[in-house]
Amino acid sequence: MFEQQLINALSLGCVYALFALGFTLVFGVLGVINLSHGAVFMLGSYVALLLVGHLEWPLWLAMLAAALTSGVAGLLIDWLVLRPLRAREAPHLIPMIATIGVTILITSLMQGFFGAEVQRFPFGIVPEDSFNFLLPWQAADSEPLHVTLLQLMIVFISFTLMALLLFIMRRTQIGRALRAIAESPKAAYLLGIDVEGMFRLTSFVAAALGGIAGVLIGLSFNAISPFMGQPALHKGIAVIILGGMGDIRGALIGGLFLGLVEVMSVAYLSSDYRDAVSFGLLFLILLVRPSGLFGRVLERKA
Amino acid sequence: MLSLSHVSKHFGGLHVLEDVSFEVPTGSIFGLIGPNGAGKTTVFNLITGLLQPSSGSIHFAGNNLAGMPPHRITRRGIARTFQNIRIFREMTLLENVIVGMNPHLSYGVAGLLLNLPGYRRAEARARERAMELLSWMRLDGKADLLADNLSYGDQRKLEFARALATEPKLLLLDEPVAGMNPAEKIELMEEIRNIQARGYSIFLIEHDMRFVMNLCERIAVLNFGRIIADGKPEDIRSNPAVIEAYLGRDEDEGADAEIAA
Amino acid sequence: MSEFLDSFWATYSTLVLSLGVNALLALSIWLTLSCGLLSLANAAFMGIGAYAAALLTLQVDAPFAVALAGGAALPALVALLIGIPTLRLSGVYLAMATLGFGEVVRVAILNMEITGGPLGLNDIPLKTEWWHVGLALLLVLYVLARLRRSKIGRAFEAIKEDEIAARLMGIDVTASKLLAFTLGGAIAGLAGALNAHFTFFLSPREYGFENAVDILTMAVLGGTSNLAGPVVGAMILTLLPELLRSLKDFRLATNGLILVLVVLFMPKGIVDPLRWRGWQGWRVWCRNK
Repeated sequence: MFEQQLINALSLGCVYALFALGFTLVFGVLGVINLSHGAVFMLGSYVALLLVGHLEWPLWLAMLAAALTSGVAGLLIDWLVLRPLRAREAPHLIPMIATIGVTILITSLMQGFFGAEVQRFPFGIVPEDSFNFLLPWQAADSEPLHVTLLQLMIVFISFTLMALLLFIMRRTQIGRALRAIAESPKAAYLLGIDVEGMFRLTSFVAAALGGIAGVLIGLSFNAISPFMGQPALHKGIAVIILGGMGDIRGALIGGLFLGLVEVMSVAYLSSDYRDAVSFGLLFLILLVRPSGLFGRVLERKA
Repeated sequence: MLSLSHVSKHFGGLHVLEDVSFEVPTGSIFGLIGPNGAGKTTVFNLITGLLQPSSGSIHFAGNNLAGMPPHRITRRGIARTFQNIRIFREMTLLENVIVGMNPHLSYGVAGLLLNLPGYRRAEARARERAMELLSWMRLDGKADLLADNLSYGDQRKLEFARALATEPKLLLLDEPVAGMNPAEKIELMEEIRNIQARGYSIFLIEHDMRFVMNLCERIAVLNFGRIIADGKPEDIRSNPAVIEAYLGRDEDEGADAEIAA
Repeated sequence: MSEFLDSFWATYSTLVLSLGVNALLALSIWLTLSCGLLSLANAAFMGIGAYAAALLTLQVDAPFAVALAGGAALPALVALLIGIPTLRLSGVYLAMATLGFGEVVRVAILNMEITGGPLGLNDIPLKTEWWHVGLALLLVLYVLARLRRSKIGRAFEAIKEDEIAARLMGIDVTASKLLAFTLGGAIAGLAGALNAHFTFFLSPREYGFENAVDILTMAVLGGTSNLAGPVVGAMILTLLPELLRSLKDFRLATNGLILVLVVLFMPKGIVDPLRWRGWQGWRVWCRNK
């Protein structure tokens, strides 16, 4: 029933938000739409799968490793592809096109190594425990609400990470530096901020967040394939458009909102139309508020 | 020609402009000065339609500009140059100027697809006019160079030529002499007088007091979003409110003399 | 001689026709890029055009010309409808909105009865001849070339460089973008319609994200500074898989690699007159040494 759907929506929305967070960080700080975010997301998933499945590492350790691997991948992408383009002051569509190329490359390579089939985590890894409970206002004999440990884990991890990120952005020196760069990289540079170093840091952190999101989604649906990055990217884009580019709270709220829309449309309409509903809603929102729910004006000073 | 009546602009709680009113007479050279952050560029953005006033109205040649999109305001006869030059770098000088004439080229799809005489005539006339404008700025020799290769001073001149190409009645110049040496400034002053002599009205924003005092026939002074003075250069020069705005509460004799110089 | 031509055609007809179709597609995305728009919806427009034309042929037995016209018109109409709200967005939002739109189209096609759902349409009669494709290509090239030399082409270039400055030059930026978008959609739709009538069947899989990227790669590889670029890019990317049959499985990876390398090292693509001029200057210098 409705409350149950809300719970599902919360957990799904959190992962979307987490994924979108990395995406929006890169846009806010580097000014680039990094379409390879889906690929690093997928990488994280595979790393966790391999470590847990073949090396029998504990899940939490595998997740950490996944985050690290994705982070490094993001760093490499920035260093090899984005940095030369920055030096050249390429118009903003160019880096985006380049990251499309990177995505395709990574995806095909993974497909080459691991095959295109959907893979699953070994039995027993995905926490199966769940809790049943009734909300205070529900009748004693109605069907209890069902929350799995995994969902709790997802919500907990997501909120913790997001709170951490918000804290860093608002209250620390690094956060101030990042916000300054987001306003104007040249001005930040003149203030003595190590802009390139911050770019690298952001790329790493953003990709790491994507990697974690990848593991969580992999666990949630227990389906890992080289192509899982693509739909994730579309959702990430939808979240960003909803919540506004470069806005952390926007990513959170946009993610939750999208999760809600998807869960509701599957529950009350039909799963076939889930994506169409999401994007349709997106268009409607864009009609009314072109910069999303929280978006800022995009004119970025050089 | 152009009049602002009680124009205010707020961004949320930030009051950038408050009850601004002044008039730019037809055929004159009008200047708007004021300390940094006073809101001068916002005035230009409002006039050209990039922003809408929070209250008040802007009238140009009898028409209310409220709600008009920028490209329509340009077509009505207001052209503008930018503080940080926005020429099209990857196009040649000639192309830059011809783009300005786009709204005035009247041929249809059939004309351009079939290379009809109407199209050819219009294009030829456009080229002629563009070369003419470039020659006013003494840039015609460089017509086929890429705009990116020009010197800073030449880029500014190109912006003028391009603005003139839109056949404006009023030219808005945003800090036209920023970054120029004294010799270039004097040259530009001459150019602007020449342009005025050809029948254009000019409204400029500048920091260089000497430039403004020598060139403009009327000056308005903006401070913290309000107009604190409006009149002839001599009057502005000796206006205590203006002096105070630029220098703070210090009645510094030396600085006084500098403004008067 | 004619025997040779016949056997050549028998083997390579699909390849030649694909060359033409891909060239059209590359040109359609070139058009939007020339206005500063990155539209990832052109594969979807191709799909709409393909399905529209195929359905016209299959269901109504329409004459080929009508089917082609429908194939160009319907995507143009859709482009107009989506364009009006979304072209107000800045370039970056727009690219993503077009990406999203492509998805919606794909899902819609996947779920509609009339389009045959996931199985697509079958038994589309073979109607496209080489001269249809050639004619279409020449027509499109002509129209685009004439546009470039007119006030419309200049407006596009101005918008691509600096949208705000363009606005203040009196250019109706939204109308121009809409024109580029709609016309691009029509061209992509035409390509799809032509394609449908020599590949016998359509399936929704052919009009998704990968195909949009394919098209983009062709334009970027060939170069976007003039009309020859996209055509060259299309030729290379159509012929490459044929020449490197052994690498067929890696076609996608190759595309990706090409995109990255070209963007990094040959930013203006292969057909770049300025760079050639640079080489010529170097040759002259060498000769004079």
